[in-house]
Amino acid sequence: MNARDEVLGRIREAIGESEELPIERTYHKAGARQAEAADLLELLTARLIDYKATVLRCADSDQAIAAAVTGVLSAGSVTRLVVPVGLPEAWLAAEHRQPDDPPLTLGILDRAEGVLTGSAVAIAETGTIVLDASPSCGRRVITLVPDLHIVVVRAGDVVPTVPDGVARLDPSRPLTFISGPSATSDIELNRVEGVHGPRQLVVILAG
Amino acid sequence: MSTFIGMPAARGTGDLQGDRPFPQAAHDALADQQLRRNLGYATATIRTKRAQVVAEVEDWEQLREAGRQIKAHVMARLPELLEQLEEQVTARGGTVHWARDSTEANRIVADLVKATGSDEVIKVKSMATQEIGLNEYLAAQGIAAFETDLAELIVQLGHDKPSHILVPAIHKNRTEIRDIFLAEMAGVRPDLTDEPAELAEAARMHLRAKFLTAKVAISGANFAIADTGTLGVVESEGNGRMCLTLPDTLITVMGIEKVLPTWRDLEVFLQLLPRSSTGERMNPYTSTWSGVTPGDGPSTFHLVLLDNGRTSALADEVGRAALHCIRCSACLNVCPVYERTGGHAYGSVYPGPIGAVLSPLLTGMTGGHDAPNDSLPYASSLCGACFDACPVKIDIPAMLVRLRTEHVDLAGPKTAEARSMKAMRWMMSSPRRFALAGRLSRLGRFAVRRGKPIVPLPPPLNGWTQSRDVPVPQGQTFRDWWLDNHGDAR
Ligand code: SF4
Repeated sequence: MNARDEVLGRIREAIGESEELPIERTYHKAGARQAEAADLLELLTARLIDYKATVLRCADSDQAIAAAVTGVLSAGSVTRLVVPVGLPEAWLAAEHRQPDDPPLTLGILDRAEGVLTGSAVAIAETGTIVLDASPSCGRRVITLVPDLHIVVVRAGDVVPTVPDGVARLDPSRPLTFISGPSATSDIELNRVEGVHGPRQLVVILAG
Repeated sequence: MSTFIGMPAARGTGDLQGDRPFPQAAHDALADQQLRRNLGYATATIRTKRAQVVAEVEDWEQLREAGRQIKAHVMARLPELLEQLEEQVTARGGTVHWARDSTEANRIVADLVKATGSDEVIKVKSMATQEIGLNEYLAAQGIAAFETDLAELIVQLGHDKPSHILVPAIHKNRTEIRDIFLAEMAGVRPDLTDEPAELAEAARMHLRAKFLTAKVAISGANFAIADTGTLGVVESEGNGRMCLTLPDTLITVMGIEKVLPTWRDLEVFLQLLPRSSTGERMNPYTSTWSGVTPGDGPSTFHLVLLDNGRTSALADEVGRAALHCIRCSACLNVCPVYERTGGHAYGSVYPGPIGAVLSPLLTGMTGGHDAPNDSLPYASSLCGACFDACPVKIDIPAMLVRLRTEHVDLAGPKTAEARSMKAMRWMMSSPRRFALAGRLSRLGRFAVRRGKPIVPLPPPLNGWTQSRDVPVPQGQTFRDWWLDNHGDAR
C-alpha cells in the first residue's frame, strides 16, 4: 500500500465512525465591533508605536500622501525607493522611483535604500498591516530585502479586529501580515527589534 | 479503556525519546544553577507578558473554546480534510507527499533536495523537522542545513540541543549567547557585546548572504487550510519570510494534525497563538501562501504530510486531544517542573507538559521501569497550570494520569509502582481528592528532613517512593504554591 492510502487508512481506523462535531463561534465575529473611524486610527497608531514602528498621519489624499513620503525621504536622506508596478503615480515623483519592472534582482534590492508600497488591510486591535501582492503591494520580495519599508495605509482599509481583517482577505494570494519591524524574542524572551526583515517600518496613515 | 494498547504498530520514530528516564536527566539539570536562573528569568518574563495581553482580550475564553472545538472537529474529519488539502494544493501548483514515519519523510525531503542539484538548504524553525531529525539525515546525505531562526542558530552554533519549542535557546542567557557567537560565528566583530540588539545584528550579518543565494528552503507550517490549500508560517524575525520567498524551491514538512477546515478558522488561531506564545498582540510576521504564484516566490512547492505516530495518538480517545496542540509553549512557561528542569531533561524534542504527553503518545510506551518516555507522564505535579494556560484547552493533567495508568498496566502487576499506582489512580481520578492528598502530605512534612524520609511514608505511597525521590514537602503544595504565586495565570 502506498504511504497516502496507508496513512489515510490508519486515520480512519483510529477515529472510527465519528460524527461531525459542531463549531460554535461565540467570540466576537467579523462586524461585531463597531468603532468611530477616528478611534480606530488612534488605536492602530498606538499599537504600531508600541511595536517601534514610525507612524505619520496625513489626510487621505494623493497630495497629502506624496507630501508625507517626501518628508520621510528628506528626513532620512533617501533619494530613491523601490516601488511596485501598481503604486499610484501621484505618491512619488518619477526621479525618486526605482520601479520593480522588470523585476529587480536580489542584488539590486539588497542595495536599495528602501521601498514604498500600499497595503490591503490594517487591523487596529493588533497593529497589523497586511500586504496581498496586489499591484500596489508588489511582489513579496520587494518589501523583505530592503531595510526601510514605507507603507501607506488608507483609513478605509483599517478594520477593528482580526476576524474583520481575515474576512477581507483573499487567501489565494500570497499574504504577509506585518506587525512592526522585524523582531525577535529569542534572547531571554524579550522583544528586540531588527533581525532579518526591514528594520525600519514607516507607516503613513492616510485619513 | 482506551484502544491504545491494541493498535497496530505505527509508532513515531526520530528525535522523540531521550536515552535516560526523566528523574535521572532532571537530576543533572537541577544541579545547574545557571540554567535554573536563566529559565526562571525567561519564564517569569513571558508569564507576565502573556498575562497582560490575554487579559485585554474580552472574549478570550470564547476564543479558547472555539479553538478547542475547531481542533476536535478537525480530528473527527481528518481524512476528508487532508484529501481536500491535497486537492487544493495540487490545483494551485504544489505537490503533496505522504510520509508514514520519520525515515520516509527524511528520504522524501532529501530526494527532493537532490533533484534540485543543491547541496545546501536554509531552514525556518520547525518542530516537525526536528522531530524527524532531518538536519542529521541531510548531513549524512551530504546536504548542509542552515537554521535561520536566531534561537536555532544559537543552538546549532553551540552544538547544543533545543530546550523549548518556541525559544530553543531559552536555557542560554545573553552573555552565553555572545560567547557562542564569538567562538563559532565566522567574521563576527571581536568587540561584540551582549546587548540583545547587537546579537540580533550579528545574526543578520551572518545569514544575509545565505538568504540571498539559497536555492532550496525547508519550513514547517503552523496551519494549512483545507478548502483553499493555504499554508501559513507565524514568525518574528523575517527569516521565515526569507525562506518562504527567496529560494526557487520550498519544501514544507507538516504534521497531519495541523490542517484547519476553512480560511475563517484562522481568525481564531491568529488571536490565540501570538498572545499565548510570545505574549504579543501579534507576532511581527505571518506569511500565507497557496501553491505557487507565478513571478512571486518559489516556483516549486512541495508539501510533505507527516504521520510519525500521530495516528497512534489519534486512536487514543483521551490522548487524541494532544494533537490539538498549536505549539505555543504557554504550558512550558507556566510549568513549575519545566521551570526547574528545563527542556533537555525530557529527552524528546517536545519538552514540558505537552511533551510529557505527546512524546509517549507518539512513540508508545513499553512498561519498562527505566524507559525514558514511560517516565515522562510522571514529570508533573498535576498542578493544572498547563491546562489553564492552554489556548486550545488541552486537559494535560487528565492525559498524564491516563498515561500513568497505561504505563502501570503495561508494566504488569508485580511492581511496587503498580501497587501504589492503583491507589494513586483512585486518588488522581478526582482533582479534589488529589488536592486533598497534596495537603495531607504537606501535613507530613515534620516527618521528612533533607530529602530523606525519617519515617516511611504511609502506604500506599511507600511503594511509590521506593522508586522516586520524594521532594521534601514545602510549607505549601505545588498546587497551593502555584495559586498563591501565579494567581495571574489563566
Ligand atoms: S499544549 Fe496547549 S499550551 Fe502547550 S504548547 Fe500546545 S497549545 Fe500551547
